[in-house]
Amino acid sequence: MQILSTPDSQSQLVETPSFLEIDGVSKIYSTPKGDNVVLDDISLTVNEGEFVCVIGHSGCGKSTLLDMVSGFREPTSGEVRLQGKRVTRPGPDRMVVFQNYSLLPWKTAYENVYLAVNSVYPEKSKAEKTEIVRTHLTMVGLDEAANKKPGQLSGGMKQRVSIARALAIYPQVLVLDEPFGALDAITKEELQEELLNIWRQHKVTVLMITHDIDEALFLADRIVMMTNGPAAKIGEIMKVPFDRPRNRTQLIEDPQYYTLRNQALDFLYGRFALTEGE
Amino acid sequence: MTTISPSARFRKSSPFSQKASNVAKSLIPIVICLTVALGIWQLLCLAPDSKMPGPLRVIAQTWTLILDPFYDNGGTDKGLGLQILISLQRVAFGYSLAAIAGISIGAFIGLNSFMRRGLDPIIQVLRTVPPLAWLPIALGIFQSSDPATIFVIFITAIWPILINTAVGVQQIPQDYNNVAKVLRLSGKEYFFSILMPSTVPYVFGGLRIGIGLAWLAIVAAEMLKAEGGIGFKIWDAYNAGNENSMSEIVICVLYVGLVGLALDRLVGWIGSRISSDH
Ligand SMILES: Nc1ncnc2c1ncn2[C@@H]1O[C@H](COP(=O)(O)OP(=O)(O)OP(=O)(O)O)[C@@H](O)[C@H]1O
Ligand SMILES: [Mg+2]
Repeated sequence: MQILSTPDSQSQLVETPSFLEIDGVSKIYSTPKGDNVVLDDISLTVNEGEFVCVIGHSGCGKSTLLDMVSGFREPTSGEVRLQGKRVTRPGPDRMVVFQNYSLLPWKTAYENVYLAVNSVYPEKSKAEKTEIVRTHLTMVGLDEAANKKPGQLSGGMKQRVSIARALAIYPQVLVLDEPFGALDAITKEELQEELLNIWRQHKVTVLMITHDIDEALFLADRIVMMTNGPAAKIGEIMKVPFDRPRNRTQLIEDPQYYTLRNQALDFLYGRFALTEGE
Repeated sequence: MTTISPSARFRKSSPFSQKASNVAKSLIPIVICLTVALGIWQLLCLAPDSKMPGPLRVIAQTWTLILDPFYDNGGTDKGLGLQILISLQRVAFGYSLAAIAGISIGAFIGLNSFMRRGLDPIIQVLRTVPPLAWLPIALGIFQSSDPATIFVIFITAIWPILINTAVGVQQIPQDYNNVAKVLRLSGKEYFFSILMPSTVPYVFGGLRIGIGLAWLAIVAAEMLKAEGGIGFKIWDAYNAGNENSMSEIVICVLYVGLVGLALDRLVGWIGSRISSDH
């Protein structure tokens, strides 16, 4: 009952001016063997401060979709608008947390974050910038490791630095491409909670790709489920109605949690085959 | 950015006795092989009419030169230490120019694919020209042996530096460029925070090859045309044609080798210090 089928209900939402709009976006890669339609006419509106997770099978085009929001790739047709302004190239208003952290190995955790703050807020004083960097490293629990280089940090710590760097520049949209995919279960849960805390404090809009349904249910306001490629579309959008702040143990005792979880699993591993066969 | 790598710090804290035994382990084979080589050399030159002096005679005949490396009787009659310093001065001058020009041009063509494609054939031809072939051209241009030898150093050392820098710039990982794009780093910040540190290992590879070639070239150039310098001294000793000549040449050649090794290690060491955190 919480599931809205995409095209109809979304077009109603588009009437009111929205924060982030993905408007009729298609992506076609030209290959020597002919055109490869990866995404076919995708539309999605995201409200300010919303936490949206994108789920879909490998290769369906999730990264491609988010890259068009962050501006690293251009849509073949359609466009992405942030506050009515068309996205044409990457920029700090749509900061990215890369899957492989992308920290500069010759800079310490502190310097990595400082580089970002300094380049986005050149007009701020050194003391202010230092304060911003410190605050964000504290937020992700990295006070002690601030002067370590990425080579001396664990995967979880690196991803924390990357998240601190992304949020320290106060982006309007935070784009995360499978940020916790390479982490162990415990670190992953810790980071999910930290991400939620920061998200609440910053009131940032989040778009996040994940392969993990439980992760999506714990974090998201809405889960966008994509059909299989080629020519992937948005299959369903699932609203996640749980109150915030969410508590993991309470959540998994909620019968509704299993209803939603089964629906998502059903989409990915059951009805998904039907969508493909159409 | 020159910091001690963690591994270097660990090495320092390792127990002294273990360090000493490691040194002994690496020295013993060297000492044995060196003794054997000197022994064979001595045996081969035992014949009384041998033109080539054995090691003992070399030392006996050049003992005064070895003991007093910094005498200066005016003109080109100087101690071996001073002659080497003259050569090193020329190398320092020509090599510095080669490093500055090589790194700048290399970075430029690394970033600019049009220039890269245009200049590649020219570079490929020029870099194979043997150092001494440049000498007549340089003498013709400068009409004086000092700038001509410096030019030969320059033109010999620049190619590996230039080519390695260009390759290094092209090898900058896409991840780091993505960070630069999303943060919209300024040209200056991109240069100092990303381009330079990620290119440094390549540049030092080129600098190391360059210093070796420069040292090869200076000795040869000085033999042909120069006032003073270790290459000049070798040729001068040969022309003197007295009974000590061969021994003097041998000791000079030995010094050339040792200085060349020292230069190579010096550049390598600086490079490893600077890029230790990669
Ligand atoms: N530059 C490109 N040129 C041609 N085809 C591409 C290019 N980039 C991606 N593709 C194709 O587009 C499709 C979607 O890729 P994308 O990386 O967006 O998938 P994904 O959903 O993020 O997958 P995963 O979950 O494995 O990360 C794939 O079939 C891929 O082969
Ligand atoms: Mg992907």
